[in-house]
Amino acid sequence: MNLSLQSMLQLSIILPMLTTLAIVVTGRKPNLREAVTITTCLALLYFTVNLYQGIKQGESIRAFWWELLPGLQISFSIEPLGILFALIASFLWLVTTVYAIGYMRSHEEQNQTRFYACFAIAIGSVMGIAFAENLFTLFIFYEVLTLSTYPLVTHAGTEKAKKGGRIYLGILLSTSIVFFLLAIVSTWFMAGTLDFKPGGVFASDVNTSVAGVVLLLFIFGIGKAAIMPFHRWLPAAMVAPTPVSALLHAVAVVKAGVFTVLKVCVFIFGIDLLAELPSTQFLLYLAGASVLLASLVAMRQDNLKARLAYSTVSQLGYITIGALLATSAGVIGGSMHIAMHAFGKITLFFCAGAILVAAHKSKISEMRGLGRQMPITMAAFFIASLSIIGVPPTGGTWSKWFLLMGTIEAEQWILMTVLVISSLLNIAYLLPVSLHAFFSTDKTSTAATGIKEAPLPSLIALCISTAGCLVLFIYPQQLYELASSILGTTGGAHGK
Amino acid sequence: MLTHLPILQVIVPLMAAPLCLILSRPRLVWLFALITSGLAFLISGLILQQVMASGTIIYELSGWQAPWGIEYRIDQLNAFLLLIISAISTVVLIAADTSIKQEIPAEKQTYFYILYLLSLTGMLGIVATGDAFNVFVFLEVSSLSAYALISLGKDRRALWAAFQYLIMGTIGATFILIGIGLMYQMTGTLNMHDLSIRLPAVEHTRTVFTAYAFVIVGICLKLALFPLHLWLPNAYAYAPSIVTAFFAATATKVAVYLLIRFTFSVFGLSFSFTAVPLQILFLVFGLLGIFVASTAAIYQTNVKHLFAYSSIAQIGYMIVGFSMTTITGLTATLLHLFNHALMKGALFLALAAVMYRIGRVQLSQFQGLGRQMPLTMAAIVIGGLSLIGVPLTVGFVSKWYLILATLENGWWPVAVLILLGSLLAVVYVWRIIETAYFKPLLAGSGTIKEAPLSFLIPVWILVIANIYFGIDTRLSVQVAQSAAQSLFGVGL
Repeated sequence: MNLSLQSMLQLSIILPMLTTLAIVVTGRKPNLREAVTITTCLALLYFTVNLYQGIKQGESIRAFWWELLPGLQISFSIEPLGILFALIASFLWLVTTVYAIGYMRSHEEQNQTRFYACFAIAIGSVMGIAFAENLFTLFIFYEVLTLSTYPLVTHAGTEKAKKGGRIYLGILLSTSIVFFLLAIVSTWFMAGTLDFKPGGVFASDVNTSVAGVVLLLFIFGIGKAAIMPFHRWLPAAMVAPTPVSALLHAVAVVKAGVFTVLKVCVFIFGIDLLAELPSTQFLLYLAGASVLLASLVAMRQDNLKARLAYSTVSQLGYITIGALLATSAGVIGGSMHIAMHAFGKITLFFCAGAILVAAHKSKISEMRGLGRQMPITMAAFFIASLSIIGVPPTGGTWSKWFLLMGTIEAEQWILMTVLVISSLLNIAYLLPVSLHAFFSTDKTSTAATGIKEAPLPSLIALCISTAGCLVLFIYPQQLYELASSILGTTGGAHGK
Repeated sequence: MLTHLPILQVIVPLMAAPLCLILSRPRLVWLFALITSGLAFLISGLILQQVMASGTIIYELSGWQAPWGIEYRIDQLNAFLLLIISAISTVVLIAADTSIKQEIPAEKQTYFYILYLLSLTGMLGIVATGDAFNVFVFLEVSSLSAYALISLGKDRRALWAAFQYLIMGTIGATFILIGIGLMYQMTGTLNMHDLSIRLPAVEHTRTVFTAYAFVIVGICLKLALFPLHLWLPNAYAYAPSIVTAFFAATATKVAVYLLIRFTFSVFGLSFSFTAVPLQILFLVFGLLGIFVASTAAIYQTNVKHLFAYSSIAQIGYMIVGFSMTTITGLTATLLHLFNHALMKGALFLALAAVMYRIGRVQLSQFQGLGRQMPLTMAAIVIGGLSLIGVPLTVGFVSKWYLILATLENGWWPVAVLILLGSLLAVVYVWRIIETAYFKPLLAGSGTIKEAPLSFLIPVWILVIANIYFGIDTRLSVQVAQSAAQSLFGVGL
């Protein structure tokens, strides 16, 4: 295949959407349907890797689709942060699809065709978000992502699922319509452009108190970043099948949120202006509170998925803090944490799903002694926990390192303390799960029934993502280079 | 021929109406009405083209010079409205044959088409004419046929709804007539353009104030501005489905047109908005309308009622845009006029399809319809998303302009309120979607077939228009903008 980089960029958005059709058509033949999905995954990964190579060689890749209203364009361009997000999402989509095949079949889920179809749309819109050249394009795909994941959340069709779906859609749609859209129109009104530009779009003499209000609107409006008090949708979304929770609610959807926050902070406001805004400090403390409170709530959850969900809320707060710190270390740490947390959290969710499928357990208190029955799963859980906590030899070490550096650079001592305390809390709520599984015995059930792991595809997927956590510790260079070039590049203004 | 387009626009459906009586078979009548409406659509397209290319068309009826004779004066605003009305009428008529057969007894079907064409004539006439008294005449033509059309509804409550509408509509029309009479008394002219020249000289008199008040209140009754909206929900809910689709997309739009025409062109901007605290009144009633009607929509169990309340709320948006008295605000209003016609046309036609298959449009009947009537329900979903204002649908375009206009005026709280209002739309749209897709089919309802093509084609024409004009906004935005500019410009 000799595709130009530009067409690869467009295909990476269109192809998943088209795959939806193919999935619906082949819906009656599960094997064929899954083959279609896997092929698309591979193609998408091929595209993003090629695009990454192109970016590394300094090429500017741009695509223009349509001008909706004068100045409001649907157009795409690639910059380091975007390609970083796209690489993670496309790689983990492949892994998740492998996992989902094992999970969905052995769990005998209904409506699998709808499941895979919506999944493909969701990934297509994630690519759209990652490559968006301006806020308007991003907003469109942001909304498509919300709508396409709604059927995934309500997948089970039970009363509980519907209620979860209502909270999910209610919070995500209302924050985006009321705050995010208003912030976008205000930006358009004040700056006359919505393009992502390095250093921001606002004039240097912009009224800082008004811009501060706009920043508030942005941070509250990007509900997918799950800053408290707009985090309730994430635990509610846990009624979804585990692959959905794993990819969408640990990687794609939530990362789309913090990705947008980073984009807005770096390319709409610019870190220089950001540091001057009166509301930045307030938002930093809010994010800090979100980190701590969510960790505390996580400790009290007995349902494993709920605990992981609150842990995600807490970890997303880290990335928001990184973006709002308005220092280079903060931005580097924040964007690296997108990758590190993605690999760690997806592994944890894979494990939770594996435990559900193989041992039919969802409560942490029931998992004592499970390590003997599912050694691989529990080992993976342990490693991924380390990565979330941020200790060697796992990737999470690096991002937390830079985030701490960022707080020191910005002389935010309170936030530094918050980050340290939260890491301790991470230890307290994550490590006991795997430790109890290995070293305690379950007194209620009679005997271990020998090794009984999850289905093979799921197990393979789980091992790949765990390996990712370790590899990222040893080879973080490429990731670091990408993250550190975010501030240095000409970003979204290619060809302008 | 081309020079006579303005009169042809009105006369074609007017002449066609009685001709229906000659054709005896309902199906032929339907075909004839459809062709007539299509012709009107064609004419309006040509008129718009002409107006955009060479400016306002002035047409003197039978050569009598204005202000003695009646003149038709068509600028961008009129042309835009003519296009909306005739287009919606034509698309809706495609489905009429199938729908009417079931909802109206055979012997009344011919009358139905006659009334329909008369109503169309009335609306086109109101928009085309440049004569204030002529406005009243056409208003009565369209209203009287509307009362009769509504009373044809299968449900017996249709009679009561029609009566309610008759009372309110007559009060409105009478008010307008009184206002026009008072203006005539003061200026001695009925020609709108002439009025706009002569009124300033006498604008301090109490009579002109009174005239203004009567006209505005009368129009507001017609456009169902909160709190004068009480006639609308029942009229929409119990009328034959086709009538609802037609009226919901056009009737209130004509009233909005009248409001704009009288405030901007006849009375003039400075009188309309400085003599009376109209801006704040419209802003408050518009916002109240958005919230009260949207909230009411959430609690409806009849889906036609639900969308009827939603229509009242959408009128609120148009009035809020209107109350800004800026070019952007008026552009937003005009855009929403067009966009809302597309949304509600699609939604009510889809409801007509549901009515055809199930016979009722209670929300509870929608259970499981997502699987049974996938194309119809998909249309409702897209129409609903457009109503909410999701990007890539027309609803987003008008909302964008509306918010931009509020920010230009520095009305931040209003912007927030408008957006909060669209959240209520999310709630009532989602009630339908959840019922249709996530609830099992009602026990004992058997299998329900997808709606026939005669419904699906017009419904999807409108749904695709909802998306098309949400992406390719050149036509709608350009026309709305230039119409708004000319209203603010030199004036007529």
